[in-house]
Amino acid sequence: MLNYIWLIPLFPLIGFLINGFFGKRISKNTVGYIACGAVGLSFIVAVLSFISLLQLTPEHRVFEKILYTWIDSGSFRAEVGFQLDPLSAIMILVVSGVGFVIHIYSTGYMHDDEGYPRYFSYLNLFTFSMLLLVLANNFLLMFIGWEGVGLCSYLLIGFWFEKKSASDAGKKAFVVNRIGDFGFILAIMLIFVTFGTIDFTEVFHAASDKSHMGIITTTTFTAITLLLFVGAVGKSAQIPLYTWLPDAMEGPTPVSALIHAATMVTAGVYMVARCNILYMLAPISMTVVAGVGAATAIYAASIGLVQNDIKRVLAYSTVSQLGYMFLACGVGAFTAGIFHLMTHAFFKACLFLGSGSVIHAMGGEQDMRKMGGLRAHMPRTYWTFVIASLAIAGIPPFAGFFSKDEILWKALTQGNILLWGIGALAAFMTAFYMFRLIFMTFWGESRVEEEVAKHLHESPGNMTFPLIILAFLSIIGGFVGIPLIKGWNKIDEFLSPVFGGHGAGEAVHHSVSLELGMMMVSIVIALAGIFLAYRMYIIAPGIPERLTERHQIAYRVILNKYYIDEIYDALIVRPIKNGANFLWKGFDVVVVDGTVNGAAYLVEQWSKVMRVIQSGYVRNYAFSMIIGLVIIFLFFM
Amino acid sequence: MVPLSHYLILSAILFTIGMMGVLIRRNVIIIFMSIELMLNAVNLTFIAFSRFLNNLDGHIFAFMVMTVAAAEAAVGLAIVISVFRNKPTVNVDEMNIMKW
Amino acid sequence: MELLAFYILGAGAVVTAVMMVIHRNPIVSALNLIFTMFCLAGIFVLLNAHFMAAIQILVYAGAIMVLFIFVIMLLNLRGEDWPPLTWKKLLASFIGILFVGYSLIKIIGIFRGSMLPVATPLPEDFGTTRIVGEKLFTDFLLPFEVTSILLLTAIVGAVMLAKMKIDKG
Repeated sequence: MLNYIWLIPLFPLIGFLINGFFGKRISKNTVGYIACGAVGLSFIVAVLSFISLLQLTPEHRVFEKILYTWIDSGSFRAEVGFQLDPLSAIMILVVSGVGFVIHIYSTGYMHDDEGYPRYFSYLNLFTFSMLLLVLANNFLLMFIGWEGVGLCSYLLIGFWFEKKSASDAGKKAFVVNRIGDFGFILAIMLIFVTFGTIDFTEVFHAASDKSHMGIITTTTFTAITLLLFVGAVGKSAQIPLYTWLPDAMEGPTPVSALIHAATMVTAGVYMVARCNILYMLAPISMTVVAGVGAATAIYAASIGLVQNDIKRVLAYSTVSQLGYMFLACGVGAFTAGIFHLMTHAFFKACLFLGSGSVIHAMGGEQDMRKMGGLRAHMPRTYWTFVIASLAIAGIPPFAGFFSKDEILWKALTQGNILLWGIGALAAFMTAFYMFRLIFMTFWGESRVEEEVAKHLHESPGNMTFPLIILAFLSIIGGFVGIPLIKGWNKIDEFLSPVFGGHGAGEAVHHSVSLELGMMMVSIVIALAGIFLAYRMYIIAPGIPERLTERHQIAYRVILNKYYIDEIYDALIVRPIKNGANFLWKGFDVVVVDGTVNGAAYLVEQWSKVMRVIQSGYVRNYAFSMIIGLVIIFLFFM
Repeated sequence: MVPLSHYLILSAILFTIGMMGVLIRRNVIIIFMSIELMLNAVNLTFIAFSRFLNNLDGHIFAFMVMTVAAAEAAVGLAIVISVFRNKPTVNVDEMNIMKW
Repeated sequence: MELLAFYILGAGAVVTAVMMVIHRNPIVSALNLIFTMFCLAGIFVLLNAHFMAAIQILVYAGAIMVLFIFVIMLLNLRGEDWPPLTWKKLLASFIGILFVGYSLIKIIGIFRGSMLPVATPLPEDFGTTRIVGEKLFTDFLLPFEVTSILLLTAIVGAVMLAKMKIDKG
C-alpha cells in the first residue's frame, strides 16, 4: 500500500480540477459528492498506508516514494517525492480525516451559496496542497504545498469578496504570510548552501554528522532554524505575525475550522517538528521558539477573555493553542506538540463547526451578546460544543487534558517554572473564556431578537453528524497518549523514531508523585476557570459590568486587542503607503511618465519633419539605398 | 586564360545595369527582371571565385541564390497579379494605397 | 580562344541586359533577359561550372522566365512610352555616367595592383553534377533541406496571394 501514497494528494487534485473547470455545468449534488468523495478516498488510502506503516518495525518506519526528478541543475537537485514516516502519517490522517468531515459539513453549511462549486474546488485544492506539504520529502516541495495552502487560505478568506472586509482580510492574510514565507525561502537557500541538498533525509543526516565533527557551527544552525521559525510564525500566527488570523474569520465558518484551526495553521508546528534535528543543534533557537510560544499563548488568551464575537473568541483561542504547541517544541517535547496538534484539530474543528451551526441558526448573527438560551433549541450542537470545550479546557478524560498536561509537564521539567507558570495561567484563561462563551451562548435568558428567534432551529443532519464525529474524537483522541502507565503512551512510542528519542525527553526522571501532583494542579486550574465563568455569567451576571467599569482602561486596551493592529498600521503600513504614494506621485508620474511621454513627443515631432522624405515611391527608396551604397563604396576606395 | 578580374568587372557591369533598371523603370515586372539580373551578376562572382579558389562552396551558394530567386519570383508575381486585380496597373508609382 | 569566347559571351550579356532595361515592350525585355542568361550559362561553362550552367538554363531561362512571360501575357501588358527628357534628367545622367566611369577606372586600378588569385589546375571532376551533388547532400544537407521548406512556403504563398479576392468597397 505504501507504494500508492501518491494517490493521497492526487484525489483532491482531481476533485479540484473537475469542480474548478466543470463545477458550473454540473449539479450541486454532484459537486458535493465529487469533493467529499475525493477527500474520502484520500482518507481511506491514508488509513491503509498508516496500517502498512504500523506493520513495519519501528526502526524502518520511513518510506520514500520518488515520482520523478523535478529540477536537476548543477549540484541542485529537487525531486517530486513523498515521504511517509510516523510524523507525516499522523498529519495525513488528521488532514484527510478532519478535512473529510468538514467537507461533509460544508455541503450543508454552504448549500444556498451561489459560489458552491468554487468553494469546493478551493477546498479540494487546499486539501491537495496541505497533503503535499506534509508528505513532501524535501524542502522545496514542502514549500510548494506551503504556498498552495497560503493561496487557498487567501482565496477562501476572501470567498465572499463582494464584502470589503472579507477581501481586505484575505489580502492581509496574504501579505502577512508573505513575510513569513520570505524567511522560509531564505532558510531553504541557506540549507542548500550549507548542506548542498534540500532532501529531508540527507539534510538531517548531514546535520547530525557534521555538527559532531564541528564542520558546521552552531551559529549556522541558529540562523537556519530562526529563519525557518520566521516562516512558521507567519503561517501559524504567532507573535508578531498573528494579526491576520482573527481577521481571517471573515471567511465561511467551515473554512475557519479546516484551515484556520485544524490544519493549515499547524503547518508551522509540523515544520518545526520535522526539522527537530536542526533545532536540537541550536539551543538559542529553541529558547526563542519556547519564548514566542509561551508569550503568544498567554497574550492571545487574554484577548480572548473579552471578545464578544463568537468566532473571534475561537480565533484567539486558536492562536493561544498554537502558542502551546510551539512552547512544547521549544522545550524539546516535539511529541507533545504534535499530540496537541492532533487533539486540537479535533476539538477546535468541533468548536468552529459548532459555532457555524449556531451562526447558521441565528441567520448570520455572530455577536454573543445577542444570543443566550440556545441550549433548548439546538441540543446536539450544544452537547458537542460542551464536550469540545471540556476538551480544550483540559478536563479529564477528554482529549485536550492529556496533550495539554503533557505540554505543561514538559515545560516544567525540561523548561523552567516560568514557562510552566505562563502555560498554566493561559490554561486558566482558556477554561474561563470557553465557558464564558458557552454560558453566554447556550445558557441564561434568551437575548435573541424576536425576528431571529422564530427561525431558531437545529441544523440539518449533514451538519450535526460531523459535529458528533468530532466530539467523539475529542473524547477518545487523548487515549493514544496516556502518561505514567507504561506502554500506554502509544503516540510517544510511535513518534520516537522521528524525534530520535530526544523528543520524548526521557533524560530527566521525576517522581511519579510529582507528575500526578502537577496533573491535579492543572485540573484544579481548569475547574477554577470554569467555576469563575459560571459565577460571573450565571450566578451574578452583574459582575462583568462592574469589573469593566472599575478597570475601564485595561478593559478597553484588551477589547481593542492591545491596539496592535493600530500600532502596526502606524508603524509599518502607513510609512510604506506614504512612501509608495510619494514614489507614485513624485517619481512615477513626473520622472518615469515624463521620460516616456517625452520620448514619444520627441519621436512625434521628429517624424513630422521626416515624413516629408517618405514619398511612397519605390524608386525613391531604392535610390536612397544606392546612395548609401555609393557612400560606402567611396569610403573604401 | 581569362583572369579573374575580367569576370569581376563583367559582374559589376551587369549588376549596375540591373540597378539602373530598378531605378529608372516604373513597370513592376521590369523591376523584377532587373532584380533577377542583379542576382545573376552575383552568381557570376560566386562561381568565378569558386573556380579561382578551387573550392566548390561558391557553387552551393549560387545554387541557394537561385532557389531564393525562384521563390521570390513566384511570390512577387503572385503579388503583382493580386495588386493588378485590385487596381489594373503595373506602374509602381500608382501603387500607393498603403501610403498615408 | 578562351578569351575570345569570354569577350563574345560577355558582350552579348551586356548588350542584351541593356536592351532588357531600356526596351519599352516588356515581352522584348523578357526575351532579352533570357538571352543574357544563356550568355551567362556559357560563361559558367568557361569557369568549369557545368552543373551550374545546366541549372542556369533549366531554372532561370526555363522556369523563372517562363513565369515572367506568362504573367506579362496574362496581364496583357503593352509597351509604355518613355517620359520626355528634361534638362534635369540629362544633368543627372551626366553625373551618373561620370561616377560610373570614375568607379570603373578605380576598380581596374585596384585589380591591377592587387594579388587576385590566379587560375590553378583543377581536379578532373570540378563542377560536375556528381561532385556538387555530393557536397550538397553531405556538408550542406541542412541548408538544402531548409531550402525545400522555403520553396514550399513560396508555393503556398503564391497560391494564396493569387487566389485572394479583395472586396472593393
